[in-house]
Amino acid sequence: MIEGDPISRILYIDLSRRRFWVKERSELFSKYFGGTGVAIQILHEECPSNVHPFDPKNPIVFAVGQLNGLFPVASKTVAMFKSPLTGNLGESHCGGRSSIAIRMAGYGAIVIKGKSETPVYLAIHGDEVYFRDASAIWGIADSYTVGRIIRELELGAGVRTIMRIGLAGEKLVSYACVVTETYRHFGRLGLGAVFGSKKLKALVVSGRRSIKPGKPKLYREVYKEIFEKAAKLPLMRKYHELGTAMNINPLNRLGGLPTKNLKTARFEDAEKISGESFAERFLGRRVACAHCPVSCIHIAALREPYETEPYFYRTKMISYDYELIYALGSMLGINSIESLLKLIDEVEALGLDAISTGVVLAWATEMQEKGLISEKEVGGLKLKWGDYENYLKAIRFIVAQPNEFYMDLAKGVEYAASKHGGLDFALAFGGNEMPGYHTGPAAHVGYLTGSRHSHLDSAGYSVDEKTVTSGKKLEAEEIGKTLFEEECWRQILSSLVVCFFARGVYTPEVVVKALNVLGYNLNIEDLRGIGREILKSKYRFKVREGFNLEKLRIPKRIFEVETPHGFFTEDFVRKAVKVYRENVEKEG
Amino acid sequence: MKAKRLFVVDVDLCVGCQCCMFACTRRFGEAGLSKSAIHVRSAGGVERGFIVTVCRACENPPCARVCPTDALTVREGGGVILNMDKCIGCKNCVKACSVKAVFWDEEMQKPVICTYCGYCVDFCPYGVLELKPVGGEIG
Repeated sequence: MIEGDPISRILYIDLSRRRFWVKERSELFSKYFGGTGVAIQILHEECPSNVHPFDPKNPIVFAVGQLNGLFPVASKTVAMFKSPLTGNLGESHCGGRSSIAIRMAGYGAIVIKGKSETPVYLAIHGDEVYFRDASAIWGIADSYTVGRIIRELELGAGVRTIMRIGLAGEKLVSYACVVTETYRHFGRLGLGAVFGSKKLKALVVSGRRSIKPGKPKLYREVYKEIFEKAAKLPLMRKYHELGTAMNINPLNRLGGLPTKNLKTARFEDAEKISGESFAERFLGRRVACAHCPVSCIHIAALREPYETEPYFYRTKMISYDYELIYALGSMLGINSIESLLKLIDEVEALGLDAISTGVVLAWATEMQEKGLISEKEVGGLKLKWGDYENYLKAIRFIVAQPNEFYMDLAKGVEYAASKHGGLDFALAFGGNEMPGYHTGPAAHVGYLTGSRHSHLDSAGYSVDEKTVTSGKKLEAEEIGKTLFEEECWRQILSSLVVCFFARGVYTPEVVVKALNVLGYNLNIEDLRGIGREILKSKYRFKVREGFNLEKLRIPKRIFEVETPHGFFTEDFVRKAVKVYRENVEKEG
Repeated sequence: MKAKRLFVVDVDLCVGCQCCMFACTRRFGEAGLSKSAIHVRSAGGVERGFIVTVCRACENPPCARVCPTDALTVREGGGVILNMDKCIGCKNCVKACSVKAVFWDEEMQKPVICTYCGYCVDFCPYGVLELKPVGGEIG
């Protein structure tokens, strides 16, 4: 660790008593680097066993890592909390300016505890912490508006993050997100609802400090090497040019694009909502997270006339990514970009997780299609594949929760299907709605075993894709082991905190080199060992909160629809999960 | 040789990555932003694009005119040179600059002024910045 690095300062904020204090925890940061590694330790310390996610005692932990602010594409912040969606470990990563702002304000982590009696937002400018009255902005549905207001109220333009919730967070929708800088999110697992439960509308952090690595010349050299790779390597081009949306066409050709609640894995209209179509017709601007030269954030410009007023237009800027196009596009049978953008915009404004929202709506559509729920229950709507207007209304109903059915939908598809039926086609894994890859068994094993139940935990889809290309058939044992190893390594990246998109830049060799600049003398095996320790620590938390890998429900639908690897069985998946379990439970 | 300065040649190419800001502080071997003499912020939300602030190397610089200790002197050909030893940290220069290109180092309590070195240019992957002779607005 760099001597005197402020990373080891943890800022604690108690909303109940409106107090804050700072603790030096260099032992935590020197051992686990920051991010995931430190956040899980803090969660073990701060989160009481079996606490309800909306209990004031449920802490929110934000943690950045030692590479943030020092090297490019180390641009993410890790949030940890108990998830209202899964009732277990909540972990979500976000870019924007969040990590740079926290690091430059002089903290390694921010822990928010308690619950405010009245709505507040927090402003942290370097060493100064303010509890600001948010009565006047509480109830504002639109997260864009909240951002606009706070932008005018607070200082630090350019060096700050403005994290905020929309109405979905206030209404405690289990998969409400936290929006930062507009267009980036702590998307998954419901951090927005935990904000809402604490009456916390927003969090602003700003700072402009610097850190002094001991070896300035070496620092500049290693920096340049990483920067050039990130800015120029072909492996980053995908994120750079078409963005993640470029996945639509190849995945559809492979037959791995979940469509219409995964009744099929090919969408006949995929081309119309592909990354290429988006870029050609709608791409209006590309932007980047702070300290990342890649600029993967793709923003579409949607120009719409007002129906009542001739020659009056609004041009909305709406950010799109692969997962959004999957969840609100192919999953709902939406085949026009204009319609899709309107759905994305609504989800962004209200502050919902796009993946969960899309999967929940896809399930509800199939329920209605099968006659398992009535039009009355769906609030008088007829949900139909491709009919964006009804989906738009349904999204608002999920937030407004006008009846019992929507109150259930607001708790996620696992909950809704447990109550109303249709579990076989309720696409959730470990309680979290499915990401957009039906590429083969490894993807699904990854959703089940991954500590966040996200495709990014261990990238099973990538294992599937590579083996489709090579024609290799993977055995269950190999899948379980490979995913475990990959997830261990990713704990290192998310502790530093490097964006997973740059995993090809931050190879183990490069990480060793970067850590050397900070004064570490570790080899690749040491790093893998620390990664394993962090993953096991997360797993222990999950088991403490009632998680059991053997008892996970697997939606039957995934065995009924062909993948690029053909069909596979539940036995096969269970076998791979068992191997993962043996690895994660192994001593040492 | 004619004095050079930094130009924002096409602000619409800026993606807001702020790699230039980090480069500027790195000149001193430091990581972060406290010594950055270039600033990027959104023009009211990233969807509206960015404002990139650089020192324009004025011929008759207001910052130098208000310096009570002559810590800021006019560079030949435009712009200023800061003599840190003379500076008392009064912030007059910060207030005087109409394009807000005099920044403040909170750690040192001194102004941060562009030295027209062009180190940041190498770290802008989008060609937003260029080091050119003063007065080279066109061509």
